Amino acid sequence: MARPTSRHSRPGRTLLVLLALILALGGTMFLQKAYTPKLGLDLAGGTTVTLSPVTQNGASPPEEILDRAVNIIRDRVNGTGISDAEVAKSGDNIIISIPGVGQNEAIQLVATTAELRFRQVLAMQATQIPQELATNAPTPTASPSASATGSAKPSQSAGTPAPSASPTGKALSSALTAPTPQPSATQSDQKQDKKGQNAKATPTASPTAQASTPPAQDPNAGINTEGIDPAVLKQFQALDCTDPKKRGQGVQDDPTKQFAACDADGSAKYVLDVAKVVGTDIDTASAGIRQGTTEWIVQLDFKSKGAGEWSKLTTQAYNSQEPRNKVAVVLDGVVITAPNIISPIPGGRAEITGGFTQASATTLADQLKYGALPLKFNRSSVDTVSSTLGQDQLRGGLIAGVIGLVLVVLYCLLYYRGLGIVAVLSLVVATILTYTSVVVLGHNANFRLSLPHIIGLVVSIGITADSFIVYFERIRDEMKEGRRSLRAAVEVAWVRARRTILIADAVMFIAAIVLYFLAVGGVAGFAFAMGLTTLIDVVVVFLFTKPFIALLAKVKFFAKGHPLSGLDAERMSEAGSTTGRTTTPQEA
Amino acid sequence: MGLARRLYRGEIDVDFVGKWRLWYSLSGFLLLVSLAGLLINGLNLGVEFKGGTVFSFKAASQVTVEQIRESVREEGVHQVIVQSAGTGWRVTTESLSESQLTQVQSEIAKDFDTPVGQVSVQSIGPSWGGEVSTQAWIGLGVFMLAIILYLSMAFEPKMALAAIVALVHDLVITAGIYAWSGFEVTPATLLGFLTILGYSLYDAVVVFDMIKEVTAKLGHTSKMTYSMAANNALNHTLIRSLNTSLVAILPVAAILFIGTTLLGAGTLKDLSLALFVGMIVGTYSSLCVATPLLVTLKEREPKYQAIARRLASTGGGKKGSKSAAVAKG
Repeated sequence: MARPTSRHSRPGRTLLVLLALILALGGTMFLQKAYTPKLGLDLAGGTTVTLSPVTQNGASPPEEILDRAVNIIRDRVNGTGISDAEVAKSGDNIIISIPGVGQNEAIQLVATTAELRFRQVLAMQATQIPQELATNAPTPTASPSASATGSAKPSQSAGTPAPSASPTGKALSSALTAPTPQPSATQSDQKQDKKGQNAKATPTASPTAQASTPPAQDPNAGINTEGIDPAVLKQFQALDCTDPKKRGQGVQDDPTKQFAACDADGSAKYVLDVAKVVGTDIDTASAGIRQGTTEWIVQLDFKSKGAGEWSKLTTQAYNSQEPRNKVAVVLDGVVITAPNIISPIPGGRAEITGGFTQASATTLADQLKYGALPLKFNRSSVDTVSSTLGQDQLRGGLIAGVIGLVLVVLYCLLYYRGLGIVAVLSLVVATILTYTSVVVLGHNANFRLSLPHIIGLVVSIGITADSFIVYFERIRDEMKEGRRSLRAAVEVAWVRARRTILIADAVMFIAAIVLYFLAVGGVAGFAFAMGLTTLIDVVVVFLFTKPFIALLAKVKFFAKGHPLSGLDAERMSEAGSTTGRTTTPQEA
Repeated sequence: MGLARRLYRGEIDVDFVGKWRLWYSLSGFLLLVSLAGLLINGLNLGVEFKGGTVFSFKAASQVTVEQIRESVREEGVHQVIVQSAGTGWRVTTESLSESQLTQVQSEIAKDFDTPVGQVSVQSIGPSWGGEVSTQAWIGLGVFMLAIILYLSMAFEPKMALAAIVALVHDLVITAGIYAWSGFEVTPATLLGFLTILGYSLYDAVVVFDMIKEVTAKLGHTSKMTYSMAANNALNHTLIRSLNTSLVAILPVAAILFIGTTLLGAGTLKDLSLALFVGMIVGTYSSLCVATPLLVTLKEREPKYQAIARRLASTGGGKKGSKSAAVAKG
């Protein structure tokens, strides 16, 4: 009869690879002392934040602007590394669901309005003794750089240098939210003047619309009023930055108008020119340490259009007199930093230096990176979801999973007999791989298991089982033809089954990828689980099922086709088989 | 020999392809009924698509649906749907204002002896589902394009086309069953639908792979027409198809059983119901729609027409060739 054709097959070695993989995953779990998966909002409980837009006339914001806000918030949420968070529109509102308890920093981060604008400073006045006098150290690097007065340094020094997202979120939010006006300000904000000059510098102010009638007298001493809108100048004079509540954060500054604003820490007030560059002109931003120093800097890259504007803006500022040589970064109507421009900056790259801590640099970089929210929002409700009901469903899902698994195991054993053991062991290996992957992903990529994932995983039992059913049937086909020994059949069948399994898995994987990138919220998580199990399926079939069967083929019980092995020629061969084997057509 | 035994041995020879008229009319009928259901009844969209507020809580003591409904109604809420969810309750109402929402929440907490923090509130605006649906349609479109491209390369364009048609067939009929039965469509149901896509194709791909292998041998002298070969391949993979479907449906059935009996309304039930229905339809379509469709497309090719003509003239008609097919297998 045929010779064994296991020339290329080294089952033992392949199984060792699998063992190494499992040990690596298990070892990671052990080292990180993480033995259970992280759970999603529906299972672990979590928080839902509802953001209501505040528009200048109280009307509904245009749909596309709301969509843009949703995308930006989604980016921010993703930027914090929180997985499974959902950002969705609900009427005019935006709802953010964040799983897990203690995610308050993240909520503050995403809910903070970022109205980022770059405006040239036209006038500036210190309101108290400014503690941050120019740290304008000219930077020796070749790259053009703007050195800053570090007005963006918040007193907090949060942030261990962990890659985890929470310190980032904390730093950012505390830098920005400290002076957030209380929600009570909402109503008056909304009613405030319609075409909104800039009366909004005082959000708690009465809804008196600032008429554009210009009573342009009473110029402040020492201020070059040239080119400044008298109405803005008047506001500038009226601006009181000592009271954190009146610093005007959260107002909707019109980028096409001049604007009076306070520094974030209240140490100075400014008259600012129209916004020449806005947050959406920024391509990326990052915090880092300047080479060879311990100084924290923020690096900025502009998009092509933004680069041109930025170049113009910095050239103009560079050619101006103090204080007009500064460009203020305005966020939510408050100046978060106003670096001196020490040279024109062409080429779309810039560095901001001066007085940053790691936390404040990261904060600024994140804020720059995630662009400007086109709307101002109020947090209209924060709901904490209890996990009890989800836990019930989880228990139900697990019970169902066990029942399903038992049924599948029973069926495999009944139908495939000895081979059924391979099937069962394959499922066990798949389960181990899935569990460890989910745990490791949970702790390293913040993958959170929610109910749909669990169902996805349970359902994937079917995919995994299908792969070895395809393979088993191929082996049986080969055996039925009766020309090969089991060892040969195992190899020949594998070549054919492999292609089928790969094509079929590729289809599942394409489905998972498309769904992951195009879907929202829970669907993306589900798709992720689906992609993961498809990969695990390939791993199990290649690294376990195939080599394991190859090993079994050497065992007499299987090789001789014992009636219980699931491979006996008698049961499988057709009555009029063309082979020389004797067939006894009875048996139950 | 009993059917089970013949199945086990793979000694079955069902003429799936030959009965294409039957399948086409059955599927056509089902599609029409489904479309009619979608037009007449529409889908029973869940609160996520219509907008509304959902309160979920566990009552400390024994309460009835009536008690809960009354308690919520007292707060001036008009639509109150009370569902039991395992050991807890789920109350769905129309969209409530912020203050109303807090009122109902504290009322529930007071009446049913639960800490306010344990009363989950979910407020959903009507546009949310719209956004999800839009994304789902885009996703579906891109997915189909990607699959058509992939299958065209891995197999051939006609197989891709047949697989996609079977896929649409499955989706429409599953949606039709939802429309007629009035099962609630929630985001979890959508997930179920999306999973059906994968399964439906998976099945078709395995069958097509075999058809490709078998029909590759067809030449001028072959004794089989394309449809015979395809039918042969289909029968060859029949056990696998049935086994796979069974193994896939078993866990889903378990989830569905637990979901409906133990837990009542919730993700578990919604998702597994869609899967259960979709998988059954999918198994049928990969056998009775995808392959006959592929054969219909392929038999038009001159090469296979020639084989068919030659076999017909040499008397190798339908019946004779069938046994030839078996012998070859």
